[in-house]
Amino acid sequence: MTTLDPVRFLAKNLRVDLALIAGMIAPGARVFDIGCGDGTLIDHLFQTKNCDARGIEIDMDEVTRAVAHGLPVMHGDADTDLAYYPDNAFDYVVLSRALQAVERPRAVLQQMLRIGTRAVVSFPNFGHWLVRWQLLSTGRMPMNATWDRPWHETPNIHPCTIRDFFVLCEEEGYVVERWLAADDGGRRAPWRRFSRLANLFGEQGVFLLRRR
Amino acid sequence: MDQPATCADPAHSHVTFDDGIMLECGTTLRHHTVAFRTYGALNADRSNAVLVCHALTGDQYVAENHPITGKPGWWGTVVGPGRPVDTDRFFVICPNVLGGCMGSTGPLSRRELPDGTTIDEPWGTDFPPITIRDMVRAQKRLIEHLGIERLFAVLGGSMGGMQVLQWAAAYPDAVFAALPIATASYHSAQNIAFHEVGRQAIFADPDWLNGQYWRSGRIPARGLAVARMCAHITYLSEEALTRKFGRRLQNAPKDSTEAINLFGEMFEVESYLRHQGSTFVQRFDANSYLTITRAMDYFDLAADCGGDLTTAFKGTRTRFLLASFTSDWLFPTSQSRSVARALNRAGANVSFVEFPTDKGHDAFLLDEPDFHRTLAGFLRGCAAHAGLGVVE
Repeated sequence: MTTLDPVRFLAKNLRVDLALIAGMIAPGARVFDIGCGDGTLIDHLFQTKNCDARGIEIDMDEVTRAVAHGLPVMHGDADTDLAYYPDNAFDYVVLSRALQAVERPRAVLQQMLRIGTRAVVSFPNFGHWLVRWQLLSTGRMPMNATWDRPWHETPNIHPCTIRDFFVLCEEEGYVVERWLAADDGGRRAPWRRFSRLANLFGEQGVFLLRRR
Repeated sequence: MDQPATCADPAHSHVTFDDGIMLECGTTLRHHTVAFRTYGALNADRSNAVLVCHALTGDQYVAENHPITGKPGWWGTVVGPGRPVDTDRFFVICPNVLGGCMGSTGPLSRRELPDGTTIDEPWGTDFPPITIRDMVRAQKRLIEHLGIERLFAVLGGSMGGMQVLQWAAAYPDAVFAALPIATASYHSAQNIAFHEVGRQAIFADPDWLNGQYWRSGRIPARGLAVARMCAHITYLSEEALTRKFGRRLQNAPKDSTEAINLFGEMFEVESYLRHQGSTFVQRFDANSYLTITRAMDYFDLAADCGGDLTTAFKGTRTRFLLASFTSDWLFPTSQSRSVARALNRAGANVSFVEFPTDKGHDAFLLDEPDFHRTLAGFLRGCAAHAGLGVVE
């Protein structure tokens, strides 16, 4: 990303967690990808797992790219448009590295688990030690490869940590079926049994949820 | 002014059905003709047929020079060899709508008596009121006649898009992919209002003769031209008019007898609109214009389904591409978006793209590379899902 225009989506070339997400999705499933960008995950799920995968994306250039690539993507906003989908329309609803960028993350999660049986959520972990260290040592908002814009320009208006997310799931009554922490290269971090370590060393969290 | 093409013009390829078609208004036409053009070849399992539905003043000459005007096909940039709707791959069918004036049964056709015999006089304004659903039913007859059970795709813009929505709602199993472009599920009050201005212009022309203008051998050219001029403004945008014409003046043509030239000079935009009006009357029948604008006005797909558009598409397996254009104020993006949302509620597979352009409603007919690339990609994706094979 070279531009610093305010936007509400993340740089999609950073979405290295797609393989981890795909690994949580059963073959042949009906999948809905929120904030699908140019449809990389949708294409991957159709090509490799024969999924009926569709998407919604807020950036019209990305939508055009996806549809011109033959992928079923529509323009829409996660904060407002999920209400137009019927209950249990999908087996999995995916929100990849966009939870921190929506206006009402809790409402979006509720919608995801209304229209889908399961939700797959990934987000950059604000509890990572480097983020903590930058805040502690400089006293200023962290800036690194993931959090790459000044606080007043960032689309990431709701950063959270892996522990925060566990707490939210508990409050909302969601079952965490699987979860993992990974670095930004998509390599799985070995902290699965210890969420506090994952929260310190994982650059992103990937969660598979279902309703209780 | 030239007379428009007469009924059953043998120059238009067509098929006539003699087993009757019951119209939504309750009238039955004992015989009806569908004029149509085809491009490309139907494959062995008849799975590559694409139906193109034309807009209000379009016709079946979608991808070839028009036999009357000599101008290139109205969607030659979209339909043809190597084009987004690739006639090397697809068998493209484009019919003239019921009520039209390019060979299909309409107000220019010979009047039919209740016993089914025809007399040597056109229907004129006694032609029964028709609806988008009637147009689509006539097209369905054509498709069956051609031996096609399922269309790979149905596409069209504006009124063509209304037909696409009607096709997808009425015959979901016969439509694998539907592409309603720059359209809406109902005609808005504002759009009806503009149509009414056009119709009043025709009515006010003394040459209209209460719709029986064939008696005088003249046509209500002035009224129809004004209707066209008014409608044409709605197809453009303020930005496009400014870009193309601004406030530039030009000398009025010296040899013109038109009283309107009293100022001695005219704005370029006036000249442009007059040209649009005068060329239009050479190829279009005024009574057809009345009939078809009325059909558009009547269109309200949700009302036909108890007021809920979602019901019209419940359980559909058709794949949809909705496309709209930023500067289109006749069929604005909000209309396409509400169709998309109704389809979402119905659980349909929907793609929806809005294209940035200053060309207004007309953009769907013009050179819009992103739009064309998207059409091509969507059809390619659908072809892969339909098992038609992927051609890169």
